[in-house]
Amino acid sequence: MSRPLRGLWTEWTIAIAFLREGRAQSVMIAVGVAVGVAVIVFIAALIQGLQSNIIERTLGTQAHIRLLSPDEVNRVLPAAPGTLQLVQEDRRAQRLRSINNWQQVSTTLDRLPELTAVSPVVSGPAFARRGEAVQSVALTGIDLARYRRIIPPERYLISGRLRVGGDEAMLGKLLADDLGVKVGMKLRLETGQQNSRVVNIAGIFELGVRELDSRYVYLDLKQAQSLLDLPGGVTVIDLTVADIFAAEAIAEQVGRLTSLRAESWIETNAQLMNALTAQSLSTNMIIVFVAISVAFGIASVLSVSVVQRTREIGILRATGATRRQIMRVFLIQGALFGLLGSVMGNAVSYLLVWGFNTFGPGLFYIPVPTALVVAALLLATLTGVLAAAVPSRRAARLDPVVAIRYV
Amino acid sequence: MSEAASEVLRLEGLRKSYNVGRPNEAEVLHGIDLVIGRRDFAALIGPSGSGKSTLLNLLGLLDTPSSGDLTLLGQATSGMDDAGRTALRGSAIGFVFQFHHLIQAFSAIDNVLMPLMLTRGKPDRAAIERARELLAAVGLETFADARPNQLSGGQQQRVAIARALITEPALLLADEPTGNLDTRTAGEVFELFRRFNRERGCAVLLVTHDPRLSSTCDRTIDLVDGRIVSDALNA
Repeated sequence: MSRPLRGLWTEWTIAIAFLREGRAQSVMIAVGVAVGVAVIVFIAALIQGLQSNIIERTLGTQAHIRLLSPDEVNRVLPAAPGTLQLVQEDRRAQRLRSINNWQQVSTTLDRLPELTAVSPVVSGPAFARRGEAVQSVALTGIDLARYRRIIPPERYLISGRLRVGGDEAMLGKLLADDLGVKVGMKLRLETGQQNSRVVNIAGIFELGVRELDSRYVYLDLKQAQSLLDLPGGVTVIDLTVADIFAAEAIAEQVGRLTSLRAESWIETNAQLMNALTAQSLSTNMIIVFVAISVAFGIASVLSVSVVQRTREIGILRATGATRRQIMRVFLIQGALFGLLGSVMGNAVSYLLVWGFNTFGPGLFYIPVPTALVVAALLLATLTGVLAAAVPSRRAARLDPVVAIRYV
Repeated sequence: MSEAASEVLRLEGLRKSYNVGRPNEAEVLHGIDLVIGRRDFAALIGPSGSGKSTLLNLLGLLDTPSSGDLTLLGQATSGMDDAGRTALRGSAIGFVFQFHHLIQAFSAIDNVLMPLMLTRGKPDRAAIERARELLAAVGLETFADARPNQLSGGQQQRVAIARALITEPALLLADEPTGNLDTRTAGEVFELFRRFNRERGCAVLLVTHDPRLSSTCDRTIDLVDGRIVSDALNA
């Protein structure tokens, strides 16, 4: 006798008939699942939105990785064998100096697939003078075409044009306010005793970070080099990467490759990263606990249902249902609770997010990523199946002789 | 071939004990030898507690004997796993219970189709046609889409009989099938068994304690205290 081929059609049909018969029970547990899924999706979307907003703001005004010259250190001659050497050394003052052979380094880095932009920068301290007013500034000489891919200044430009060529410069809004200058006016930049130059103000930008807006002056690379007395040199190479969370690992790799000091944004913003990690952790805990309570809800409803349907399970077994078929009937019911609940829950969380974006504080916008919605659907369905595991095993193990007499 | 082909079921030294290995161990059936032929129409009678239901559960492969051999359609069932017994049960045996036992979530015709759905999946046109024929044969062609709770007790029992016959079983087992019905309805249901036995050639074994019912069967098997005390053809 050949085993007949069976699809899941019969199990589906029975599961759906059972769910429809116990409609009130089915609706209640589906609503329970929906509330859980709505909370999970809303919180996940909120936190993801918040974090990506914070990171975007942080990274909008800085490079992902900065390459710097290693610090200069004293060379101490090794002592002759058999002698004890006591050394007292003063750390050397770190003068402004160029990265050795930076053109070649930059060309090499251009070829690394992990990096999305490479921008050599020369930066150093200077004074900006207008009449009696003097402000200390950070001179930043850039190759505009390359630098735009690190920080797009056009996004922050509030007046004037995006130009640093010739004797034109751009400066931060707070600095411009302090010196009382506007676009088209002139400014004297001084470094040390002899070196100074008058520049035209081509543009004024506002990065939204006080430190930068009150100190930054962008110049052409060549101009800054001559002002800082570093002809042909650069002090920093700014990099961006495609995967911002891999910045740490890439920084290490690039550091080894170039023998330069590499600082990733993760390292320089350690405190922010700690806060974000803690936040993610607490969000994940909420998600896990809500998911567990949803799973127990499904499991308890199905356990009750198995008891209620004991006699019907017996009849099904007597009319040819295998243990596996009975098991599948209840697993499918669990999956359907998860699926239906998560469809409803996703709809509710869309409403919540829409409400937040429309009527909320408006500090940032929360997107609902499709991946999150799909993940919620899949996970809720899987949770339903897992939650149904225990009740469905019990249903499958019922002795048909006993079950059929159950009242 | 000839002997095996003429019999549906053969029991040899069948024993059944409950609570094996515990102080309250009790043997309910003490060595049953029985042969049911292809066209038999037999009544299994006996006082309550004699082991009728236990024997019926063993015959229907719902339960397994403690010892002895049970051969169904020439297949020895000892050593079969649950899936194997379920498959054989699904194809060879039809059940009718005292409390009609329909599934409330399904219509009459879906209840009739259930054994086919469980073994073959979605029923095809021919299967649905066959279910309608069977419902017509039990006089319920207009109730195909009715829910069990919209049917009377006798009607539900007739649906259960149609369900038992959908797989064209070689053996129909009925546990007090008329026990819950009034006399007139009981007579109609009994006639149905008769007709299916005659027209479709399926062996029927009825458990009953109603002497009027058993006397109209072709054969009466009397079970007392777990032993067959008489097994005779009725005049």
